[in-house]
Amino acid sequence: MQALYAQLLVGLINGSFYALLSLGLAVIFGMLNIINFAHGALYMMGAFCAYFLLNIAGIGYWPALIIAPILVGIFGMILERTMLQRLAGLDHLYGLLLTFGIALIVQGVFQNYFGSSGLPYAIPEELRGGINLGFMFLPIYRGWVVVFSLVVCLATWYLIEKTRLGANLRAATENPTLVRAFGINVPRMITLTYGLGVGLAALAGVLSAPINQVRPLMGADLIIVVFAVVVIGGMGSILGSIITGFSLGVIEGLTKYFYPEASNTVVFVLMVLVLLVKPAGLTGRAA
Amino acid sequence: MSAMTDDTLPVTPRAMRDEMLVFAAMAVLLGLVPLTDIYPFFVMQALCFALLACAFNLLIGYGGLLSFGHAMFLGTAGYCSAHALKVWGFTPELGILVGVAASGALSVVTGYISIRRQGIYFSMITLALSQLLYFIYLQAPFTHGEDGIQGIPQGYLFGIFNLAQPIVLYYVVLAGFLGGFLLIFRAINSPFGEVLKAIRENEPRAVSLGYKTDQYKLLAFILSGTIAGFAGSLKVFVAQNASLTDVHWTMSGEIVLMTLVGGLGTVFGPVVGAFVIIAMQHNLAGFGQWVLVIQGVIFVACVLTFRRGIVGEIGHYLKRSL
Repeated sequence: MQALYAQLLVGLINGSFYALLSLGLAVIFGMLNIINFAHGALYMMGAFCAYFLLNIAGIGYWPALIIAPILVGIFGMILERTMLQRLAGLDHLYGLLLTFGIALIVQGVFQNYFGSSGLPYAIPEELRGGINLGFMFLPIYRGWVVVFSLVVCLATWYLIEKTRLGANLRAATENPTLVRAFGINVPRMITLTYGLGVGLAALAGVLSAPINQVRPLMGADLIIVVFAVVVIGGMGSILGSIITGFSLGVIEGLTKYFYPEASNTVVFVLMVLVLLVKPAGLTGRAA
Repeated sequence: MSAMTDDTLPVTPRAMRDEMLVFAAMAVLLGLVPLTDIYPFFVMQALCFALLACAFNLLIGYGGLLSFGHAMFLGTAGYCSAHALKVWGFTPELGILVGVAASGALSVVTGYISIRRQGIYFSMITLALSQLLYFIYLQAPFTHGEDGIQGIPQGYLFGIFNLAQPIVLYYVVLAGFLGGFLLIFRAINSPFGEVLKAIRENEPRAVSLGYKTDQYKLLAFILSGTIAGFAGSLKVFVAQNASLTDVHWTMSGEIVLMTLVGGLGTVFGPVVGAFVIIAMQHNLAGFGQWVLVIQGVIFVACVLTFRRGIVGEIGHYLKRSL
């Protein structure tokens, strides 16, 4: 039973990353109509950012949790202003191709300087050790990742669904021209939205650094799984992406316990099943 | 979907004649390659990828479907042909048949699943499906995991042509490429191709006109996947191995890149693009990981400034569709 709970926890952690990444993808897709293929590369940049902050500037985990997403977010906003913006009005697929190219560049540059092996990043002192819950041993850091991700996801949901800023954002998603007519700076909003989505990816990267090590290709395979998550859940609903992300992580964890050979593929198989039964995805609002 | 290609020029008998002339010139030039100093292995490899890119282009250029998983057909056909040739001791023609049949069957299944969604979702689904196959091949015993299938015997095609001789192999690969190319060319210029273009431009309207668009898209997907598989089987004889690189998503990306560089939705663009990218890889082989960076830069540059691609630009300049 210990092993089952341990795998469930691993599943929840992976689920946190799926949720944070698919949430960012959904937010970006809503405003920019672009599927951000560079999301995995930006997640990796978040982890590297934390690594550099620690090893070059001596800045620890807690400040990095805020600084890394901001830095990577700024990098994302520069990408949006210089390149993505120029794709407005073109077919959606060009956005996919452009961001794929950006992902290749970013990953290739990091691979050149850091190879393919992982760099260690220590767990912050406050979160080391674990608690014995009676039925299982819970490493504090892992518990922290799950709880913190959940809080961030819900905060993002609150920001978009319940605040005035979010209302403007949703309105601009529906009809940008009309929202501009009300005097709201939509292009700036689009840039900030991309920054927000990218920031969430970088945050996931910082969270994963102590668990998965910091590797140039850490986001490359992950992003494909996240795409499958997005296909399953659809990008129409924020809450939907969060729930789908966490549940798929848990299912993956359970598979790792009961039938480890299929743990790599279970998300893709589920995607196929969902497409066969409910082609529009679980939330049913997808194109 | 209309923004994806620059296909505003109507297909006139004159355009058809132009294309046939270019095709003849291409066939003659490629036929003369063994007389020159050009390394035949390079051209054979480029021809396999050119056919692969043409098959991919059938979907994106004429059906508006961007597949980000075409490596799965290349890899599946490669593995199946290699296994049949090496382990079962099949003759080359039967080996190719096994590979083509396998990729054909795969394209029926994956096509049925992926055409259920459109646009960006279609791309994500094909990518996810090819990643699923990647993990299956990584674990399946017959692919030998990271090692791949190596030292594949080339044998005698139809019992006469000795494929171990580079010049014979070259003409066999060339014949395979030209045959596959003509098949795609024929499909594009048939009533089927016209319906496909109509679906690309405005799917709801095609539906309202009574076309069962899903059947057309599925047929295009099967055709594309099967021809891509044929290219994969041919490549087995050239490279004499089948490995995980051929199923990886980076390979799918390369296929997209070749077509983008040459020109999406142009007849000859994928061929030009494949030669450009393969030549680049040959010349930059010493730069290691920087090749990936350069490919990324080409992607970005093409999307931002050069969306018509090489052949598309030439065609636009000459006011012809090529």
